[in-house]
Amino acid sequence: MSDAAPAISQEERDELRRHGILLTSLEELYNWGRSHSVWPLNFGLACCAIEMIAASMARYDIARFGSEVFRPSPRQADLLIVSGTVTKKMAPQVVRLWNQMPEPKYCIAMGACAISGGPFKQGYNVLKGIDRFIPVDIYIPGCPPRPEALLHGLVQLQAKISGQAITGPDAPRHLRSDIECDCPVPEFGAHDLEPPQNPAVWTPPPSLVRPDKA
Amino acid sequence: MSLTPEIGGAHVRAVHDEFHGDLLEVSMGPHHPSTHGVFRMIVTLDGETIVKLKPVFGYLHRNHEKLGENTTYLASMPYTDRLDYLNSMSNNWAYALAVEKLAGLAVPERAEYVRVILAELTRLLNHTCLAGFLMQDCGCSGTPLMYAFREREKILDLFESLSGSRMMCNYQRFGGCRVDPPAEWLAGAQRLVDGYSAFLDEFEALLTGNEILMARTQGVGRLDPALAVSAGVAGPMLRATGVGHDLRKVDGYGVYPRFEFRVPVGAHGDTYDRYMIRILEMRESIRILQQALAGLPGGPVMDPKAKLRGFRPKAGEAYGRIEGPKGEIGFYLISDGGPNPYRYRVRPPSFINLTILEDMCLGHTVADAVIILGSVDIVLGEVDR
Amino acid sequence: METVEQLRDRLLARFPGASVTVISNPSPSAQHSLLLDHAHAREIALYLRDEPALKFDQCSNVTGIDWPEKEITETTKVTVPDPAGGPPKVVAQTTKRREPGYLEVVYHLYSLALRQGPIILRLRTGNRADAVAVPSLTPVWRSCEFQEREVFDLFGVTFEGHPDLRRILMWDGFKDHPMRRDYAEPDDYEWEPTPHGDVLAKAKKHYPEKPAAEPAKEAKP
Repeated sequence: MSDAAPAISQEERDELRRHGILLTSLEELYNWGRSHSVWPLNFGLACCAIEMIAASMARYDIARFGSEVFRPSPRQADLLIVSGTVTKKMAPQVVRLWNQMPEPKYCIAMGACAISGGPFKQGYNVLKGIDRFIPVDIYIPGCPPRPEALLHGLVQLQAKISGQAITGPDAPRHLRSDIECDCPVPEFGAHDLEPPQNPAVWTPPPSLVRPDKA
Repeated sequence: MSLTPEIGGAHVRAVHDEFHGDLLEVSMGPHHPSTHGVFRMIVTLDGETIVKLKPVFGYLHRNHEKLGENTTYLASMPYTDRLDYLNSMSNNWAYALAVEKLAGLAVPERAEYVRVILAELTRLLNHTCLAGFLMQDCGCSGTPLMYAFREREKILDLFESLSGSRMMCNYQRFGGCRVDPPAEWLAGAQRLVDGYSAFLDEFEALLTGNEILMARTQGVGRLDPALAVSAGVAGPMLRATGVGHDLRKVDGYGVYPRFEFRVPVGAHGDTYDRYMIRILEMRESIRILQQALAGLPGGPVMDPKAKLRGFRPKAGEAYGRIEGPKGEIGFYLISDGGPNPYRYRVRPPSFINLTILEDMCLGHTVADAVIILGSVDIVLGEVDR
Repeated sequence: METVEQLRDRLLARFPGASVTVISNPSPSAQHSLLLDHAHAREIALYLRDEPALKFDQCSNVTGIDWPEKEITETTKVTVPDPAGGPPKVVAQTTKRREPGYLEVVYHLYSLALRQGPIILRLRTGNRADAVAVPSLTPVWRSCEFQEREVFDLFGVTFEGHPDLRRILMWDGFKDHPMRRDYAEPDDYEWEPTPHGDVLAKAKKHYPEKPAAEPAKEAKP
């Protein structure tokens, strides 16, 4: 377990592996299994979805990373790839899909639109980033990101999963009872979504306000 | 189907509930694996038969027209890439054509040829992907789509080496094209075009005579030619009903009148015809590409007098349209003499082609509605804009 | 194909009492249009569709335009006789008049049968607030169905005789008409560290007050 972990160093472990002795911990084994079979939700929003499909096709072949099983149902999916512009009309549905996915679940914001609204930021019906409503694990920039970029994002996500502790205060959401996993679904209002953001996952970061140049 | 003068088609079919028993209303989408994005249909079912189908739009409404009114003419060009994101080159051309009409700009001959080459490559790309997605909808999961995307990657490599981007090319400009394709690029395009017939033969050997495909698509989703014309249906959808209307012939924009090609026309207006029309159009596109690559003249690709930055056309309006892979894509621009268009309107072919979706689906089953929608060939970025 | 003026004369001869005005287009595209009155719009549309010499069987594009009320300043030079008996003076007079705003719906018609077009029809509403109705042309051309719904949604023009006039792109409870020029979008630019001028200006309204500048250090003796 993580508390007693460094009883044997990585070098010693590699040396043992050369002699055919495989040492692991429950945490490593658990995370290794999870990180190499991340099943994405078969959910395309806009332009980026075409590149997501391209990533699953012969040339880029996402199956090399264990994620070729695109599930149509959120109940069977581990990963929500928000691939494209999230409009305000679509945002409640995205949040609902996220709530329907069972834990452990992860979210990749693919492309400029999903991150911040991208080129369509100034649109009246465009959500300025899906991270206003659901927690995002990996951001992939690009408009659209190339399939290689999606694969890189997936590898980063695998690294993130591999590093997660399974006990203690750093444990992920699904292993803790004190964190609410569901995100509130926004309602359609007369002029905008109500509420326009989920304060539990997003508040405007005040520390990043740059002082004006004199 | 009769067209009454009062109601131009079948809007409301009276449903006698005492006959039909309990009707079931099903909401398909916006998250549904078969709706090609975030399209939603509210389907009323009698058993498994569709008695009513109402499409719901707007889940990808990204305010394209409002943004177009708040940016300059040149800055709208990259936004047109993202309308129908499979066919950015065609969208660029339609927009460039509308601005050229508005400002009275001339285009060098070489640029016209390059535009034809790129537009026909885009048509190959779109129709190949459509056939792959349609087979996916039919339940033929994987193989045809894999083949289609293998070819798509080859065309995207060409686009990327020319414009710097795989999908969002942002290549054409009013008054010509951004860069001159070098000889190596043209040789690469020639190799691709030479090899494309062999791919189509392979694809057709797999699909066209396939008994399951015929059983699944023939007679499904018939469209009446008179209704198609009244409903503004354009492109391969219209030609599948037997109306030989192709803007490349009718308007003769660009240098299309110089090329020899035929316009394939269907006979039944069903889903199988819509599939076949696309395959035949690809064969004609290859002929056009061969002629355009052989006859490509020298010279500049950009009108030296064209002014991209600080471009302010005189007050007035223009509607320019081309035959995109999905149908008539047009741009309607109003200038008030300022740097931004006063009004910027896109005529989206796949949105207007969906007008008759209900008419095609009535009386069929849910599984048929999926392939009928697949054969309409929609891209949500253009439907909702 | 007939010119717009010939078509106007033909329509006026066929429909006495109708008001058909040519709106000329000064751009090189030379696509002039016809402004119709509400009372005869549908009859004229049916005539354009069915008359064998015209046969405009497809309405390709329907769109709305918002023309808000604007103030026009005109400067005219008036010759004023000098009361003192000298030579008359030329005085520039500035008059201001308000042109009322209206919404406009534009239809682009093509004939597939005769391969001609476009003919552009325009319909105008009375104002932008309460007289926003125009007759629907969906009974004539089916392609207007979704496009008129879009104009209703984004511009707020109501189409009389439309079979199913609902919002199409925005959600049902939405109150505004976002394509109008005076639409104010929701203020959700709380934090945008961007060099983009417009976005930054919107975001800056939400920035917290800058901390007071530190007092300048005293110069060392």
